[in-house]
Amino acid sequence: MSETSAWVIFIAAIFTNNILLTNFLGMCSFIACSGQIRTSIGLGTAVTFVLTITTAINYAVYYGILISAEEAAELGRAAPLISTDLTHLQFIVFIAVIAAFVQLVEMFVERFSPRLYFALGIFLPLITVNCAIFGASLFMIIREYSFIQSVGFGLGAGIGWAVAIVLLAGLRQKMRYSNIPEPFQGVPIAMVVTGVLAMAFMGFAGMVSIQ
Amino acid sequence: MANSQQPVCGPCGTKGLCGGKGLLTLKDGAWASNPLAIQMLGICSALAVTNRLENSLVMGGALIFVCVGSNVLVSLLRKVTPHRIRMIAEVGIIATFVILFDQFLKAYYWEMSKQLGPYVGLIITNCIIMGRAEAFALQNPPILSIVDGIANGLGYAVVLAIIGFFRELLGSGQIFGRTVLSDQWYTSNQIMILAPGAFFALGIVIAIFNAVKGPEPEENK
Repeated sequence: MSETSAWVIFIAAIFTNNILLTNFLGMCSFIACSGQIRTSIGLGTAVTFVLTITTAINYAVYYGILISAEEAAELGRAAPLISTDLTHLQFIVFIAVIAAFVQLVEMFVERFSPRLYFALGIFLPLITVNCAIFGASLFMIIREYSFIQSVGFGLGAGIGWAVAIVLLAGLRQKMRYSNIPEPFQGVPIAMVVTGVLAMAFMGFAGMVSIQ
Repeated sequence: MANSQQPVCGPCGTKGLCGGKGLLTLKDGAWASNPLAIQMLGICSALAVTNRLENSLVMGGALIFVCVGSNVLVSLLRKVTPHRIRMIAEVGIIATFVILFDQFLKAYYWEMSKQLGPYVGLIITNCIIMGRAEAFALQNPPILSIVDGIANGLGYAVVLAIIGFFRELLGSGQIFGRTVLSDQWYTSNQIMILAPGAFFALGIVIAIFNAVKGPEPEENK
């Protein structure tokens, strides 16, 4: 278990280790939904929310059920409910947790806040297939975060993703007026712009570091 | 995200020249509607693992394996899968193959498994495989689905290899870890290894595909 404080991980996940610009996760919806700032803010909010909570749930599932008793003892954690090693099932369990949670949120939002449902509703199904959500859970396991660290990481990763997509949406809105060579129009130029964005974010390196 | 379903003979254009259906499927997947460069599916892993050629090839292999495996299984089960739960069935099938590959890598190539990190697991959320299962394997017999799986996996792997080749060459002057461009006269361009280089490389590759293929007849968003 690393000793870094959750606050440092939170800042690092937004700036120096941005899940999109350094780990390339969530590119599909990033490219597809960055046409307008308003849409990207909606999607960014939904991703941040789902990412934070699913990371926490997956943490509980992994260390409460999937991990083997010996490994838990080795890491100095409480004994899991099932002592058999089930870690090879982590992919499928994580995906199921994310899908179920998104479905649940959709039902709740639809029932209790129709206004929010219309604002976020269309993004929710998209999120199930967003690899940033799934990837964050995997990173959390690989980097052996504690629970507080995982929540900090999940929140930071979500906000970092939202910041990146809103920035790109702003840039793409401006780009409509520029004269782009034909083959580069559309996705290729978005890629190149994202590259420049990633380069700008590299300027934050050294501020904080994790791993 | 399942992409819009394509007509089997749509992008081919010259309908009279298309030979067998299998050949057409192969050509369609690997070139005319290349999953990565034309349909923009599965970009995440394409960017993340291409800092070295070796990683790119392993990832390409993984995708071909998973795509063929899941296509065959989805196709075999297509008549008995209730329509309402087909998505979850597809995810389950895909995840099974990804876990198989992940366990294989962990058992025999631990170093490689460490380097690829979470990106092997992320094949599950790779839209190419889900897209193929949804758009092709559900409607077609197993043999044709194998061809489709190979074609799409290959189309992905080739683009990955191209990007990996140039990033490793320009970024560190090496190919497969062997120095090709001597550092006496070539200063390695670190940015190609780092994140921005990945975006630039993929952007340029897509642009080249666009330029060679000519303007799109219809805009699909």
